[in-house]
Amino acid sequence: MKFSIYRYNPETDKKPYMQEFDLDIPEGSDMMLLDALLALKDQDATLAFRRSCREGVCGSDGFSINGKNGLACITPLSSLKSPVVVRPLPGLPVIRDLVVDMAQFYKQYEKIKPFLIANDEPPAKERLQSPEERAKLDGLYECILCACCSTSCPSFWWNPDKFVGPSGLLQAYRFLIDSRDTQTDERLADLDDAYSVFRCRGIMNCVDVCPKGLNPTQAIGHIRSMLLKNGV
Amino acid sequence: MVATVTSLGRSGLHDWIIQRLSAVIMLAYTLYLAYFVICTGDLNFAAWQELFASTFMKVFSLLALGSVVMHAWIGLWIVSTDYMPKLAIRMIFQAIVIVMCLALMIWGIQILWSI
Repeated sequence: MKFSIYRYNPETDKKPYMQEFDLDIPEGSDMMLLDALLALKDQDATLAFRRSCREGVCGSDGFSINGKNGLACITPLSSLKSPVVVRPLPGLPVIRDLVVDMAQFYKQYEKIKPFLIANDEPPAKERLQSPEERAKLDGLYECILCACCSTSCPSFWWNPDKFVGPSGLLQAYRFLIDSRDTQTDERLADLDDAYSVFRCRGIMNCVDVCPKGLNPTQAIGHIRSMLLKNGV
Repeated sequence: MVATVTSLGRSGLHDWIIQRLSAVIMLAYTLYLAYFVICTGDLNFAAWQELFASTFMKVFSLLALGSVVMHAWIGLWIVSTDYMPKLAIRMIFQAIVIVMCLALMIWGIQILWSI
């Protein structure tokens, strides 16, 4: 199978380039793209990329794979057309090869205060939720912050410093509907500008690429409804 | 919270609602005009004059014109903040759009007044 991998080392290369690789895949084996990348690293030890858990939980190995963002560790080679073109996640500064600088992505995540804020009297034991209240967090808490969604979003490409992005907004909604959180109004007030939420044009690239099958567009729609309810 | 000074409304929600409401008004106006053109057998100056002389049509036209102007302001402001990263170019573009929107509004009122 043929591979075309994005290479860039700022210390030695003037410009990024694509390096071609050839890899023999044993008949009948269905390895993941990450296994193939590790085999390519044996061929050329200078190839740099992030990976950790190798099972789609840590979110380290998000790349643009044949033009679509995804996690290499849960993308079977059998689902890909040869040559497999692997590039770093689009829209973020490249540190080296497939490694990108995620600072801007995390900054947006930090902005939405991704933690429970409960200013009411703490109960003797713990803050309880009914099973129905807990069920509202399903489809939101599973986000692993791999950045596949936000880096597939044109609005995030153009305004990464102002638009929170699908990942951050999914998390924002996770805390907005948490029955234990008391800062709902303050959180909404922080989002009611022309960029943070409303730069979303609903093109659903985020839904298309999410490796965990989550739906940020729907969460953004819910945030809009909450803002509407508060503001009308 | 991101501060903006050249957007039509100062909040994202405000712009978002105006954008949708103005779209509905423009659609209604377009459908009404299309209905008039199709259902009027002899479409001459007198027929147009009579249509636009009625108070209802004057109000409806002004509403539609206001919608076009607000819709364009919001839409082009968004486009410019997406695709014009250079501050000077963005500022000049936005200034032209805003001045044109206001001028069109005044011009439209003047035309409708004269009928």
